[in-house]
Amino acid sequence: MKNLFEIRREKLSNLRIIRKKRAAAEIESDFFKCPSCGEEVSKKVLLENQLVCKCGYHNKISALYRLSLTIDKGTFKELNAVLPFKNPIEFEGYQEKVEAQKEKTGLDEALITGIGDIDGQKVCICIMDSRFMMASMGIAVGEKITRAIEYAQAKKLPLIIFSASGGARMQEGIFSLMQMAKTSAAISRFSESGGLFISVLTHPTTGGVSASFASLGDIMIAEPGALIGFAGTRVIEKTIGQKLPEGFQSSEFLEEHGFVDNIVDRREMKKTLSLLLRLHQR
Amino acid sequence: MGEEWVNNDKTISPSERVRMARNPQRPNILDYVNNIFTDSFELKGDRLSKEDESIFCALAFFKNIPVTVIGHRKGRNLEENLKCNFGMPGPEGYRKALRVMKQAEKFNRPIITFVDTPGAYPGIEAEANGQSFAIAENIKEMSSLKVPVITFVTGEGNSGGALAIAVSDKVFMLENAIYSILSPEGFAAILWKDVSRSAEAADVMKLTSFDLYKFGLIDGIIKEPEGGATFNSVSVYGNISTKIEESLNELQKLKPARLVENRYKKYRKIGDFKGE
Repeated sequence: MKNLFEIRREKLSNLRIIRKKRAAAEIESDFFKCPSCGEEVSKKVLLENQLVCKCGYHNKISALYRLSLTIDKGTFKELNAVLPFKNPIEFEGYQEKVEAQKEKTGLDEALITGIGDIDGQKVCICIMDSRFMMASMGIAVGEKITRAIEYAQAKKLPLIIFSASGGARMQEGIFSLMQMAKTSAAISRFSESGGLFISVLTHPTTGGVSASFASLGDIMIAEPGALIGFAGTRVIEKTIGQKLPEGFQSSEFLEEHGFVDNIVDRREMKKTLSLLLRLHQR
Repeated sequence: MGEEWVNNDKTISPSERVRMARNPQRPNILDYVNNIFTDSFELKGDRLSKEDESIFCALAFFKNIPVTVIGHRKGRNLEENLKCNFGMPGPEGYRKALRVMKQAEKFNRPIITFVDTPGAYPGIEAEANGQSFAIAENIKEMSSLKVPVITFVTGEGNSGGALAIAVSDKVFMLENAIYSILSPEGFAAILWKDVSRSAEAADVMKLTSFDLYKFGLIDGIIKEPEGGATFNSVSVYGNISTKIEESLNELQKLKPARLVENRYKKYRKIGDFKGE
Protein backbone atom coordinates (compact mmCIF):
# COMPACT_ATOMS: atom_id res chain seq x y z
CA MET A 1 0.00 0.00 0.00
CA LYS A 2 1.47 3.30 -1.04
CA ASN A 3 1.00 6.23 1.23
CA LEU A 4 0.25 9.73 -0.01
CA PHE A 5 3.73 10.89 0.75
CA GLU A 6 5.21 8.24 -1.50
CA ILE A 7 2.85 9.10 -4.33
CA ARG A 8 3.78 12.74 -4.05
CA ARG A 9 7.45 11.88 -4.11
CA GLU A 10 7.03 9.78 -7.25
CA LYS A 11 5.08 12.53 -8.99
CA LEU A 12 7.75 15.04 -8.13
CA SER A 13 10.44 12.84 -9.47
CA ASN A 14 8.55 12.15 -12.71
CA LEU A 15 8.20 15.88 -13.18
CA ARG A 16 11.90 16.21 -12.82
CA ILE A 17 12.44 13.58 -15.49
CA ILE A 18 10.16 15.35 -17.94
CA ARG A 19 11.90 18.62 -17.27
CA LYS A 20 15.31 17.13 -17.87
CA LYS A 21 14.20 15.37 -21.04
CA ARG A 22 12.78 18.54 -22.48
CA ALA A 23 16.07 20.25 -21.89
CA ALA A 24 17.90 17.43 -23.71
CA ALA A 25 21.03 19.18 -22.63
CA GLU A 26 23.42 16.37 -23.41
CA ILE A 27 25.57 18.77 -25.36
CA GLU A 28 25.40 22.47 -24.85
CA SER A 29 26.86 24.06 -27.98
CA ASP A 30 25.73 23.54 -31.58
CA PHE A 31 29.06 22.03 -32.51
CA PHE A 32 30.97 19.48 -30.55
CA LYS A 33 34.60 18.42 -30.78
CA CYS A 34 35.14 14.68 -30.33
CA PRO A 35 37.60 14.03 -27.50
CA SER A 36 38.86 10.97 -29.38
CA CYS A 37 39.31 11.90 -33.06
CA GLY A 38 39.18 15.66 -32.62
CA GLU A 39 36.70 16.17 -35.43
CA GLU A 40 33.87 18.68 -35.07
CA VAL A 41 30.37 17.30 -35.35
CA SER A 42 27.07 19.17 -35.30
CA LYS A 43 24.78 18.65 -32.36
CA LYS A 44 22.07 17.38 -34.69
CA VAL A 45 24.25 14.62 -36.15
CA LEU A 46 25.55 13.66 -32.75
CA LEU A 47 22.05 13.35 -31.30
CA GLU A 48 20.95 11.30 -34.28
CA ASN A 49 23.76 8.95 -33.38
CA GLN A 50 23.00 8.80 -29.68
CA LEU A 51 26.17 10.74 -28.92
CA VAL A 52 28.38 8.24 -30.70
CA CYS A 53 30.98 9.94 -32.92
CA LYS A 54 31.71 8.87 -36.51
CA CYS A 55 34.96 7.43 -35.21
CA GLY A 56 32.98 5.16 -32.89
CA TYR A 57 33.78 7.06 -29.70
CA HIS A 58 30.94 6.73 -27.20
CA ASN A 59 30.47 9.99 -25.32
CA LYS A 60 29.24 9.72 -21.75
CA ILE A 61 25.49 10.17 -21.45
CA SER A 62 23.16 10.88 -18.55
CA ALA A 63 20.93 8.24 -17.02
CA LEU A 64 17.82 10.05 -18.23
CA TYR A 65 19.01 10.22 -21.79
CA ARG A 66 19.92 6.53 -21.69
CA LEU A 67 16.50 5.79 -20.26
CA SER A 68 14.88 7.55 -23.22
CA LEU A 69 17.05 5.51 -25.63
CA THR A 70 16.21 2.20 -23.95
CA ILE A 71 12.67 2.22 -22.63
CA ASP A 72 9.53 2.56 -24.78
CA LYS A 73 8.04 6.02 -24.61
CA GLY A 74 5.52 6.54 -21.83
CA THR A 75 6.08 3.18 -20.14
CA PHE A 76 8.63 4.08 -17.46
CA LYS A 77 7.64 4.17 -13.84
CA GLU A 78 10.30 5.15 -11.36
CA LEU A 79 10.69 3.13 -8.15
CA ASN A 80 12.14 4.42 -4.89
CA ALA A 81 12.80 7.78 -6.49
CA VAL A 82 13.88 9.50 -3.32
CA LEU A 83 15.65 8.10 -0.29
CA PRO A 84 16.43 10.48 2.57
CA PHE A 85 20.02 11.61 2.96
CA LYS A 86 22.11 9.73 5.50
CA ASN A 87 25.67 10.29 6.61
CA PRO A 88 26.58 6.92 8.17
CA ILE A 89 30.11 7.74 9.35
CA GLU A 90 29.28 11.43 9.95
CA PHE A 91 31.77 12.54 7.36
CA GLU A 92 32.28 16.28 7.45
CA GLY A 93 31.00 18.19 4.44
CA TYR A 94 29.34 15.14 2.91
CA GLN A 95 25.78 16.44 3.04
CA GLU A 96 26.77 19.72 1.37
CA LYS A 97 28.57 17.79 -1.32
CA VAL A 98 25.52 15.63 -2.03
CA GLU A 99 23.22 18.69 -2.08
CA ALA A 100 25.47 20.36 -4.63
CA GLN A 101 25.43 17.24 -6.81
CA LYS A 102 21.64 17.10 -6.66
CA GLU A 103 21.48 20.69 -7.78
CA LYS A 104 23.96 20.13 -10.59
CA THR A 105 22.46 16.93 -12.02
CA GLY A 106 18.75 17.18 -11.17
CA LEU A 107 19.07 13.66 -9.79
CA ASP A 108 18.50 12.53 -6.22
CA GLU A 109 21.27 9.98 -6.28
CA ALA A 110 23.70 8.40 -8.71
CA LEU A 111 21.13 6.19 -10.40
CA ILE A 112 17.56 5.81 -11.57
CA THR A 113 15.64 2.60 -10.94
CA GLY A 114 12.23 1.57 -12.18
CA ILE A 115 10.15 -0.53 -14.51
CA GLY A 116 9.33 -0.05 -18.15
CA ASP A 117 9.00 -1.77 -21.52
CA ILE A 118 11.58 -2.63 -24.15
CA ASP A 119 9.67 -3.26 -27.39
CA GLY A 120 6.67 -4.12 -25.25
CA GLN A 121 8.57 -6.48 -22.94
CA LYS A 122 8.43 -5.44 -19.33
CA VAL A 123 11.71 -5.13 -17.42
CA CYS A 124 13.12 -3.82 -14.18
CA ILE A 125 15.91 -1.40 -15.02
CA CYS A 126 18.65 0.48 -13.16
CA ILE A 127 20.76 3.13 -14.85
CA MET A 128 23.72 4.69 -13.08
CA ASP A 129 24.75 8.27 -13.82
CA SER A 130 28.44 9.03 -13.48
CA ARG A 131 27.85 12.79 -13.29
CA PHE A 132 26.62 12.32 -9.72
CA MET A 133 29.74 11.86 -7.57
CA MET A 134 31.19 9.51 -10.18
CA ALA A 135 28.20 7.27 -9.44
CA SER A 136 30.05 5.95 -6.43
CA MET A 137 28.14 3.38 -4.38
CA GLY A 138 27.02 4.36 -0.91
CA ILE A 139 24.07 3.05 1.07
CA ALA A 140 21.48 4.85 -1.07
CA VAL A 141 22.86 3.44 -4.33
CA GLY A 142 23.21 0.00 -2.72
CA GLU A 143 19.68 0.16 -1.37
CA LYS A 144 18.09 1.26 -4.65
CA ILE A 145 19.91 -1.48 -6.55
CA THR A 146 18.92 -4.08 -3.93
CA ARG A 147 15.28 -2.99 -3.92
CA ALA A 148 15.22 -3.17 -7.71
CA ILE A 149 16.65 -6.70 -7.62
CA GLU A 150 14.08 -7.76 -5.01
CA TYR A 151 11.29 -6.14 -7.00
CA ALA A 152 12.37 -7.96 -10.16
CA GLN A 153 12.39 -11.23 -8.22
CA ALA A 154 8.97 -10.67 -6.65
CA LYS A 155 7.38 -9.67 -9.98
CA LYS A 156 9.36 -12.22 -12.01
CA LEU A 157 10.78 -9.52 -14.26
CA PRO A 158 14.08 -9.57 -16.13
CA LEU A 159 16.65 -7.22 -14.60
CA ILE A 160 18.86 -4.88 -16.61
CA ILE A 161 21.53 -2.78 -14.93
CA PHE A 162 23.55 -0.19 -16.83
CA SER A 163 26.60 0.28 -14.61
CA ALA A 164 28.86 3.29 -14.53
CA SER A 165 30.79 3.97 -11.38
CA GLY A 166 34.10 5.07 -9.99
CA GLY A 167 33.59 2.49 -7.22
CA ALA A 168 32.86 2.89 -3.55
CA ARG A 169 31.60 6.11 -2.01
CA MET A 170 34.58 7.08 0.14
CA GLN A 171 32.53 9.35 2.37
CA GLU A 172 30.56 6.36 3.67
CA GLY A 173 33.59 4.26 4.63
CA ILE A 174 32.85 0.69 5.75
CA PHE A 175 29.12 1.11 4.98
CA SER A 176 30.03 1.57 1.35
CA LEU A 177 32.04 -1.67 1.38
CA MET A 178 29.09 -3.54 2.86
CA GLN A 179 26.89 -2.53 -0.08
CA MET A 180 28.96 -4.90 -2.19
CA ALA A 181 27.77 -7.73 0.03
CA LYS A 182 24.18 -6.50 0.16
CA THR A 183 23.76 -6.15 -3.62
CA SER A 184 25.64 -9.36 -4.46
CA ALA A 185 23.62 -11.37 -1.96
CA ALA A 186 20.42 -10.05 -3.55
CA ILE A 187 21.71 -11.05 -7.00
CA SER A 188 22.48 -14.50 -5.63
CA ARG A 189 18.85 -14.97 -4.54
CA PHE A 190 17.49 -13.49 -7.74
CA SER A 191 19.64 -15.86 -9.74
CA GLU A 192 18.58 -18.88 -7.69
CA SER A 193 14.94 -17.97 -8.36
CA GLY A 194 15.65 -18.24 -12.09
CA GLY A 195 15.69 -14.53 -12.86
CA LEU A 196 17.53 -13.12 -15.88
CA PHE A 197 20.10 -10.42 -15.15
CA ILE A 198 21.65 -8.56 -18.07
CA SER A 199 24.58 -6.46 -16.91
CA VAL A 200 25.65 -3.66 -19.23
CA LEU A 201 29.02 -2.11 -18.40
CA THR A 202 29.48 1.47 -19.54
CA HIS A 203 32.26 3.98 -19.10
CA PRO A 204 33.62 3.79 -16.44
CA THR A 205 32.80 0.75 -14.28
CA THR A 206 35.48 0.22 -11.67
CA GLY A 207 36.19 -0.61 -8.02
CA GLY A 208 33.45 -1.79 -5.70
CA VAL A 209 30.74 -1.77 -8.36
CA SER A 210 32.77 -3.80 -10.85
CA ALA A 211 33.71 -6.16 -7.98
CA SER A 212 30.09 -6.80 -7.03
CA PHE A 213 26.72 -6.85 -8.83
CA ALA A 214 28.01 -5.43 -12.13
CA SER A 215 30.16 -8.52 -12.74
CA LEU A 216 27.42 -11.00 -11.86
CA GLY A 217 25.20 -10.84 -14.95
CA ASP A 218 23.89 -13.94 -16.70
CA ILE A 219 24.70 -11.97 -19.81
CA MET A 220 27.59 -9.51 -19.75
CA ILE A 221 27.56 -6.66 -22.28
CA ALA A 222 29.93 -3.71 -22.56
CA GLU A 223 29.76 -0.49 -24.54
CA PRO A 224 32.76 0.02 -26.85
CA GLY A 225 35.81 1.67 -25.32
CA ALA A 226 34.57 1.74 -21.73
CA LEU A 227 37.07 1.63 -18.89
CA ILE A 228 36.28 -1.45 -16.83
CA GLY A 229 38.40 -2.84 -14.02
CA PHE A 230 38.98 -3.32 -10.34
CA ALA A 231 41.91 -1.07 -9.53
CA GLY A 232 42.33 2.46 -10.84
CA THR A 233 44.87 3.06 -13.59
CA ARG A 234 46.99 5.37 -11.44
CA VAL A 235 47.07 2.91 -8.54
CA ILE A 236 48.29 0.12 -10.81
CA GLU A 237 50.93 2.31 -12.43
CA LYS A 238 52.18 3.36 -9.04
CA THR A 239 52.26 -0.22 -7.74
CA ILE A 240 54.09 -1.77 -10.69
CA GLY A 241 56.17 1.32 -11.51
CA GLN A 242 55.44 1.38 -15.22
CA LYS A 243 52.98 2.88 -17.70
CA LEU A 244 50.05 0.73 -18.70
CA PRO A 245 49.63 -0.38 -22.30
CA GLU A 246 47.08 1.37 -24.54
CA GLY A 247 43.63 -0.15 -24.21
CA PHE A 248 44.34 -1.79 -20.83
CA GLN A 249 41.09 -2.32 -18.85
CA SER A 250 38.95 -1.44 -21.88
CA SER A 251 35.82 -3.29 -22.94
CA GLU A 252 37.88 -4.82 -25.74
CA PHE A 253 40.51 -5.97 -23.22
CA LEU A 254 37.79 -7.65 -21.16
CA GLU A 255 36.30 -9.34 -24.20
CA GLU A 256 39.73 -10.61 -25.21
CA HIS A 257 40.25 -12.09 -21.75
CA GLY A 258 36.87 -13.75 -21.64
CA PHE A 259 34.91 -11.57 -19.25
CA VAL A 260 32.14 -10.16 -21.43
CA ASP A 261 29.86 -11.92 -23.89
CA ASN A 262 29.77 -9.11 -26.39
CA ILE A 263 30.59 -5.48 -26.98
CA VAL A 264 27.51 -3.70 -28.26
CA ASP A 265 27.37 -0.30 -29.96
CA ARG A 266 25.02 2.08 -28.17
CA ARG A 267 22.92 2.45 -31.31
CA GLU A 268 22.34 -1.33 -31.33
CA MET A 269 21.78 -1.61 -27.59
CA LYS A 270 17.98 -1.52 -27.46
CA LYS A 271 17.69 -4.00 -30.32
CA THR A 272 20.16 -6.30 -28.57
CA LEU A 273 18.39 -6.12 -25.22
CA SER A 274 15.08 -6.73 -26.94
CA LEU A 275 16.48 -9.85 -28.62
CA LEU A 276 17.93 -11.16 -25.36
CA LEU A 277 14.59 -10.66 -23.64
CA ARG A 278 12.82 -12.60 -26.39
CA LEU A 279 15.40 -15.38 -26.04
CA HIS A 280 14.55 -15.66 -22.35
CA GLN A 281 10.78 -15.45 -22.47
CA ARG A 282 9.22 -17.74 -19.90
CA MET B 1 32.47 -8.29 26.55
CA GLY B 2 31.87 -5.43 28.97
CA GLU B 3 30.28 -2.39 27.37
CA GLU B 4 32.39 -0.24 29.63
CA TRP B 5 35.62 -1.40 28.08
CA VAL B 6 34.28 -0.88 24.58
CA ASN B 7 33.10 2.65 25.22
CA ASN B 8 36.04 3.84 27.25
CA ASP B 9 38.84 3.22 24.88
CA LYS B 10 40.04 6.52 23.49
CA THR B 11 43.65 6.14 24.53
CA ILE B 12 45.04 5.06 21.18
CA SER B 13 44.47 7.17 18.06
CA PRO B 14 43.11 5.51 14.90
CA SER B 15 46.32 6.21 12.98
CA GLU B 16 48.30 4.56 15.78
CA ARG B 17 46.04 1.53 15.46
CA VAL B 18 46.70 1.45 11.71
CA ARG B 19 50.41 1.23 12.54
CA MET B 20 49.77 -1.55 15.08
CA ALA B 21 47.54 -3.44 12.65
CA ARG B 22 50.47 -3.53 10.20
CA ASN B 23 53.14 -4.55 12.69
CA PRO B 24 55.04 -7.47 11.10
CA GLN B 25 55.38 -9.01 14.56
CA ARG B 26 51.61 -9.53 14.73
CA PRO B 27 50.43 -13.12 14.41
CA ASN B 28 49.95 -14.15 10.77
CA ILE B 29 47.73 -16.86 9.37
CA LEU B 30 50.27 -19.60 10.03
CA ASP B 31 50.50 -18.57 13.69
CA TYR B 32 46.73 -18.75 14.02
CA VAL B 33 46.58 -22.14 12.33
CA ASN B 34 49.36 -23.55 14.50
CA ASN B 35 48.10 -22.13 17.79
CA ILE B 36 44.34 -22.52 17.49
CA PHE B 37 43.89 -25.63 15.35
CA THR B 38 45.50 -29.05 15.22
CA ASP B 39 46.50 -31.52 12.48
CA SER B 40 46.28 -29.06 9.60
CA PHE B 41 46.54 -30.05 5.95
CA GLU B 42 47.16 -27.27 3.43
CA LEU B 43 44.96 -27.00 0.34
CA LYS B 44 46.69 -25.34 -2.61
CA GLY B 45 45.70 -24.14 -6.05
CA ASP B 46 42.61 -22.80 -7.77
CA ARG B 47 42.38 -25.80 -10.18
CA LEU B 48 42.36 -23.32 -13.07
CA SER B 49 45.82 -21.89 -13.47
CA LYS B 50 47.83 -21.11 -10.39
CA GLU B 51 48.74 -21.39 -6.72
CA ASP B 52 48.44 -17.94 -5.13
CA GLU B 53 50.33 -17.94 -1.84
CA SER B 54 48.76 -14.70 -0.65
CA ILE B 55 45.78 -16.73 0.50
CA PHE B 56 46.34 -19.74 2.73
CA CYS B 57 43.77 -22.53 2.90
CA ALA B 58 43.79 -25.63 5.04
CA LEU B 59 41.79 -28.38 6.64
CA ALA B 60 42.29 -28.73 10.37
CA PHE B 61 40.65 -29.76 13.61
CA PHE B 62 39.20 -27.24 15.98
CA LYS B 63 38.74 -29.17 19.24
CA ASN B 64 37.98 -32.38 17.30
CA ILE B 65 35.68 -30.64 14.80
CA PRO B 66 36.98 -30.70 11.21
CA VAL B 67 36.96 -27.17 9.80
CA THR B 68 38.19 -25.28 6.75
CA VAL B 69 40.55 -22.41 7.51
CA ILE B 70 41.18 -19.59 5.02
CA GLY B 71 43.26 -16.48 5.52
CA HIS B 72 45.32 -13.82 3.82
CA ARG B 73 49.00 -14.59 4.24
CA LYS B 74 51.51 -11.91 5.15
CA GLY B 75 55.16 -12.64 5.72
CA ARG B 76 57.31 -11.59 8.62
CA ASN B 77 60.24 -10.50 6.44
CA LEU B 78 60.88 -9.37 2.86
CA GLU B 79 61.68 -12.84 1.59
CA GLU B 80 58.42 -14.25 2.92
CA ASN B 81 56.48 -11.24 1.72
CA LEU B 82 57.79 -11.53 -1.83
CA LYS B 83 56.45 -15.09 -1.90
CA CYS B 84 53.01 -14.18 -0.64
CA ASN B 85 52.86 -10.77 -2.37
CA PHE B 86 52.49 -8.90 0.95
CA GLY B 87 49.09 -10.46 1.44
CA MET B 88 47.58 -8.99 -1.72
CA PRO B 89 45.77 -11.75 -3.61
CA GLY B 90 45.11 -11.97 -7.29
CA PRO B 91 41.96 -13.56 -8.70
CA GLU B 92 43.62 -16.98 -8.43
CA GLY B 93 43.79 -16.59 -4.65
CA TYR B 94 40.12 -15.72 -4.42
CA ARG B 95 39.20 -18.60 -6.70
CA LYS B 96 41.19 -20.98 -4.52
CA ALA B 97 39.34 -19.66 -1.48
CA LEU B 98 36.00 -20.16 -3.22
CA ARG B 99 36.98 -23.66 -4.27
CA VAL B 100 37.73 -24.70 -0.71
CA MET B 101 34.60 -22.98 0.61
CA LYS B 102 32.45 -24.98 -1.79
CA GLN B 103 34.34 -28.08 -0.69
CA ALA B 104 33.64 -27.21 2.94
CA GLU B 105 29.96 -26.91 2.07
CA LYS B 106 29.99 -30.32 0.43
CA PHE B 107 31.48 -31.96 3.53
CA ASN B 108 29.44 -29.85 5.92
CA ARG B 109 32.50 -28.29 7.55
CA PRO B 110 32.37 -24.86 9.23
CA ILE B 111 34.61 -22.24 7.65
CA ILE B 112 36.87 -19.97 9.70
CA THR B 113 38.50 -17.05 7.86
CA PHE B 114 41.25 -14.66 8.93
CA VAL B 115 41.42 -11.28 7.21
CA ASP B 116 44.69 -9.37 6.95
CA THR B 117 45.28 -7.65 3.62
CA PRO B 118 46.30 -4.24 2.30
CA GLY B 119 43.76 -5.02 -0.44
CA ALA B 120 43.43 -7.11 -3.59
CA TYR B 121 46.52 -6.78 -5.78
CA PRO B 122 46.36 -3.90 -8.27
CA GLY B 123 48.40 -5.34 -11.14
CA ILE B 124 48.26 -6.05 -14.86
CA GLU B 125 47.86 -9.80 -14.56
CA ALA B 126 45.29 -9.51 -11.79
CA GLU B 127 43.13 -7.29 -14.01
CA ALA B 128 43.63 -9.48 -17.08
CA ASN B 129 42.59 -12.54 -15.11
CA GLY B 130 39.42 -10.96 -13.75
CA GLN B 131 40.10 -9.52 -10.30
CA SER B 132 36.65 -7.88 -10.16
CA PHE B 133 34.90 -11.01 -11.33
CA ALA B 134 36.67 -13.22 -8.80
CA ILE B 135 35.86 -10.92 -5.89
CA ALA B 136 32.24 -10.48 -6.97
CA GLU B 137 31.80 -14.22 -7.34
CA ASN B 138 33.18 -14.90 -3.86
CA ILE B 139 30.96 -12.31 -2.23
CA LYS B 140 27.90 -13.68 -4.01
CA GLU B 141 28.67 -17.32 -3.26
CA MET B 142 29.56 -16.72 0.38
CA SER B 143 26.18 -15.10 0.93
CA SER B 144 24.49 -18.45 0.34
CA LEU B 145 26.93 -21.01 1.80
CA LYS B 146 25.03 -23.62 3.80
CA VAL B 147 27.69 -24.00 6.50
CA PRO B 148 28.66 -21.63 9.34
CA VAL B 149 31.23 -18.99 8.37
CA ILE B 150 33.14 -17.13 11.08
CA THR B 151 35.58 -14.33 10.31
CA PHE B 152 38.34 -12.67 12.33
CA VAL B 153 39.76 -9.42 11.03
CA THR B 154 43.21 -9.74 12.56
CA GLY B 155 45.22 -6.93 10.95
CA GLU B 156 44.25 -4.83 7.96
CA GLY B 157 40.86 -5.39 6.39
CA ASN B 158 40.94 -3.23 3.32
CA SER B 159 38.45 -3.08 0.46
CA GLY B 160 36.81 -5.80 -1.58
CA GLY B 161 40.03 -7.72 -1.17
CA ALA B 162 39.08 -8.28 2.47
CA LEU B 163 35.33 -8.72 1.95
CA ALA B 164 35.93 -11.47 -0.62
CA ILE B 165 36.61 -13.89 2.27
CA ALA B 166 34.48 -12.15 4.89
CA VAL B 167 30.77 -12.44 4.08
CA SER B 168 30.08 -14.34 7.27
CA ASP B 169 27.63 -15.26 10.01
CA LYS B 170 29.89 -13.83 12.69
CA VAL B 171 32.63 -11.25 12.28
CA PHE B 172 35.07 -10.38 15.06
CA MET B 173 37.91 -7.91 15.04
CA LEU B 174 41.08 -7.90 17.03
CA GLU B 175 41.23 -4.80 19.19
CA ASN B 176 43.88 -3.10 17.07
CA ALA B 177 42.72 -4.36 13.70
CA ILE B 178 41.23 -2.01 11.13
CA TYR B 179 38.45 -2.63 8.60
CA SER B 180 37.33 -0.21 5.92
CA ILE B 181 36.67 0.59 2.31
CA LEU B 182 40.38 0.91 1.58
CA SER B 183 43.69 1.89 3.14
CA PRO B 184 43.95 5.36 4.68
CA GLU B 185 46.62 6.13 2.06
CA GLY B 186 44.24 5.19 -0.77
CA PHE B 187 41.43 7.12 0.86
CA ALA B 188 43.56 10.27 1.15
CA ALA B 189 44.77 9.86 -2.43
CA ILE B 190 41.26 9.53 -3.85
CA LEU B 191 39.48 12.10 -1.76
CA TRP B 192 42.16 14.71 -1.22
CA LYS B 193 44.71 13.77 -3.94
CA ASP B 194 47.31 13.74 -1.18
CA VAL B 195 48.72 10.47 0.19
CA SER B 196 50.60 12.30 2.94
CA ARG B 197 47.29 13.00 4.70
CA SER B 198 46.80 9.31 5.57
CA ALA B 199 46.88 9.87 9.34
CA GLU B 200 44.10 12.43 8.99
CA ALA B 201 42.21 9.96 6.81
CA ALA B 202 42.52 7.26 9.47
CA ASP B 203 41.00 9.66 11.98
CA VAL B 204 37.84 10.31 9.93
CA MET B 205 37.33 6.90 8.30
CA LYS B 206 35.89 5.20 11.42
CA LEU B 207 37.92 2.09 10.81
CA THR B 208 38.76 0.81 14.30
CA SER B 209 37.23 -2.23 15.96
CA PHE B 210 35.49 0.11 18.39
CA ASP B 211 33.89 2.09 15.55
CA LEU B 212 32.65 -1.02 13.81
CA TYR B 213 31.29 -2.48 17.02
CA LYS B 214 29.35 0.70 17.73
CA PHE B 215 27.95 0.62 14.19
CA GLY B 216 26.74 -2.93 14.87
CA LEU B 217 28.77 -4.21 11.93
CA ILE B 218 30.82 -6.71 13.94
CA ASP B 219 29.89 -9.18 16.65
CA GLY B 220 32.71 -8.57 19.08
CA ILE B 221 36.22 -7.35 19.79
CA ILE B 222 39.11 -9.65 20.69
CA LYS B 223 41.17 -8.07 23.43
CA GLU B 224 44.88 -7.69 22.79
CA PRO B 225 47.67 -7.35 25.34
CA GLU B 226 48.99 -3.87 26.02
CA GLY B 227 51.11 -2.61 23.14
CA GLY B 228 49.28 -4.87 20.69
CA ALA B 229 49.29 -8.54 19.77
CA THR B 230 52.47 -10.28 18.66
CA PHE B 231 52.95 -13.88 17.66
CA ASN B 232 53.90 -14.58 21.29
CA SER B 233 50.53 -13.38 22.60
CA VAL B 234 49.05 -16.62 23.87
CA SER B 235 46.01 -14.82 25.29
CA VAL B 236 44.94 -13.69 21.82
CA TYR B 237 44.85 -17.27 20.55
CA GLY B 238 42.82 -18.22 23.61
CA ASN B 239 40.36 -15.36 23.10
CA ILE B 240 39.86 -16.28 19.44
CA SER B 241 39.40 -19.93 20.38
CA THR B 242 36.67 -18.99 22.82
CA LYS B 243 34.83 -16.98 20.17
CA ILE B 244 35.05 -19.82 17.65
CA GLU B 245 33.68 -22.26 20.21
CA GLU B 246 30.82 -19.98 21.26
CA SER B 247 29.93 -19.16 17.67
CA LEU B 248 29.99 -22.77 16.52
CA ASN B 249 27.78 -23.79 19.42
CA GLU B 250 25.25 -21.19 18.35
CA LEU B 251 25.48 -21.58 14.57
CA GLN B 252 25.61 -25.37 14.38
CA LYS B 253 22.18 -25.54 16.02
CA LEU B 254 20.64 -23.76 13.04
CA LYS B 255 19.25 -25.54 10.00
CA PRO B 256 21.14 -24.57 6.79
CA ALA B 257 18.15 -22.65 5.41
CA ARG B 258 17.89 -20.60 8.61
CA LEU B 259 21.63 -19.96 8.64
CA VAL B 260 21.54 -18.63 5.06
CA GLU B 261 18.42 -16.58 5.76
CA ASN B 262 19.99 -14.98 8.84
CA ARG B 263 23.15 -14.16 6.92
CA TYR B 264 21.15 -12.57 4.11
CA LYS B 265 19.17 -10.46 6.54
CA LYS B 266 22.31 -9.36 8.33
CA TYR B 267 23.80 -7.81 5.19
CA ARG B 268 20.43 -6.75 3.79
CA LYS B 269 19.80 -4.43 6.70
CA ILE B 270 23.07 -2.46 6.42
CA GLY B 271 21.84 0.92 5.20
CA ASP B 272 18.32 -0.30 4.45
CA PHE B 273 16.31 2.94 4.88
CA LYS B 274 13.62 0.87 6.56
CA GLY B 275 10.19 2.46 6.18
CA GLU B 276 11.60 5.19 3.99
